[in-house]
Amino acid sequence: MDNIISAKDLMFYYSEPSEEEQDNGQEENKVLVFEDLNLSIEKGSFTVILGHNGCGKSTFAKHTNAILLPCGGKMTAAGFDTSDESRLFDIRKHIGMVFQNPDNQIVASVVEEDVAFALENMGVPPEEMRVRVDEALKAVGMYEYREHSPSQLSGGQKQRVAIAGIIAMKPDCIVLDEPTAMLDPAGRREVMKTIKRLNRENGVTIVLITHYMDEAAQADRVVVMDSGRVILDNTPSEVFSHVEKLREVGLDVPQSTQLMYLLRENGRKDADTHIITEEECADFLERLLRGE
Amino acid sequence: MLKDITIGQYFPMDSAVHKLDARFKIVITAVFIVMIFSADSFLSLGLAFLFFVIAFAASKLSPKLILKSMKPIIPIIIFTSVLNIFFIDGVTVFQIWKIRITDNGLITSGYMIIRLIALICGSSLLTYTTSPIVLTDAIEQMMKPLGKLHFPVHELAMMMTIALRFIPTLIEETDKIMSAQKARGADMDSGTLIERAKALVPIIIPLFVSSFRRAEELALAMECRCYNGGEGRTKLKSLVSGGSDYAALCLSLLFLCGVMIIDMGRVVL
Repeated sequence: MDNIISAKDLMFYYSEPSEEEQDNGQEENKVLVFEDLNLSIEKGSFTVILGHNGCGKSTFAKHTNAILLPCGGKMTAAGFDTSDESRLFDIRKHIGMVFQNPDNQIVASVVEEDVAFALENMGVPPEEMRVRVDEALKAVGMYEYREHSPSQLSGGQKQRVAIAGIIAMKPDCIVLDEPTAMLDPAGRREVMKTIKRLNRENGVTIVLITHYMDEAAQADRVVVMDSGRVILDNTPSEVFSHVEKLREVGLDVPQSTQLMYLLRENGRKDADTHIITEEECADFLERLLRGE
Repeated sequence: MLKDITIGQYFPMDSAVHKLDARFKIVITAVFIVMIFSADSFLSLGLAFLFFVIAFAASKLSPKLILKSMKPIIPIIIFTSVLNIFFIDGVTVFQIWKIRITDNGLITSGYMIIRLIALICGSSLLTYTTSPIVLTDAIEQMMKPLGKLHFPVHELAMMMTIALRFIPTLIEETDKIMSAQKARGADMDSGTLIERAKALVPIIIPLFVSSFRRAEELALAMECRCYNGGEGRTKLKSLVSGGSDYAALCLSLLFLCGVMIIDMGRVVL
């Protein structure tokens, strides 16, 4: 399968001013984020990146569309080397990015104008723009709100507008950096539904960075990062079965897996920690209680 | 309490005035302002006011709105008219001790009141019937020739768009910060003027900090959406002018001529 994003021996550090200078007495204030990160995202996949704060997941996200450039190694996105400055806009057209706070990524004071923002920047003719804006708004289920002001919308709706603004560019891949972190449960569900539909129906590659394990459980692949390294990389059920390892890096597991893990710890050898969804868990418990 | 602020409030409605091209509306408003300041008699001022009444009737807005927009400027009107009444020389009409009111003073302050009211009415009508975004677009288009002189037209328009977009967000944020500071025992409603001004500092500083953070994130999000300045940009909605726009402009110019003829006639007589 083709890789849409691939990081090879990626190295990156922030140059921090003063503060830490006195602390560790280094001559150069380099805060190393990655040393040699290797991570590829397959075209059309739905990948979740998990990790504790400061593990480098957002930094990785910013490398995917050339907001940050590697200090060493190579980053390829949508077939272009991100350090090739002449390709900057090609990369950003192909790799869209959605951020945490929907309020801070909406530019215009009318929903449809905001969705059109990227297209206006790209110089798309008005007739085509109209069609693409409408399509994008329909894809996230916000078409009825096209003439509203973003300030009248709920958090989940705003985030869907922000996603529509990205979809309108028709990117091959959307990188979402904790898009649900500031939303209420209803808003989170709306956004997750939208993301999953885009992946399934439109074939858009999704890279989702999140703190929520139940969101990670819905992906095809889960990548767990810690201190700039990939420590686990597999299907959700495989990854979550490593309960202790996840705990070590400060992560939880879905509640169903947690329950299975505790049952196993307490002597039920048949409890399977590969169970991640509530349905599977309920089925298992039913069998258990019936004494099968 | 901050939610009541009505800067450039827009009332969407289906009317002839709403449908006019925003560029023409700006020009017509300018013509109207010229009208009220060039009018030199109550008759010509009345004619200028008639133009406003026609425009307002065509906008289908409720007259209450105009009264509401008048509220904040009442102190200014009173202040200027009082100054005019007392400090302009002329034939004394009324005198108590050293304070005297002259006929010229009364007339000048009368003009002043009418002009101020007309000015506010005219510009309110513009913002009431034109959405801020369209207004920004219109200003951008009208200033485009200045771009040739390296005047940052697009950047200014972008700044206005973003400012308009963030007004509600920042108002909401201010409300939150105020509540948070009140919860910590901040007292903002009592004390002398200086004390109250000082009490604003713990509100303004967090607001500034968060605005900078927002600005940084917004800039990042704009970059991600291929923002690259004004060059090669297209627009989702472009402004189109038609026959009715020219007709409205002609009408306003006609009234301007009327006003000028009345005044000239007066001078000649």
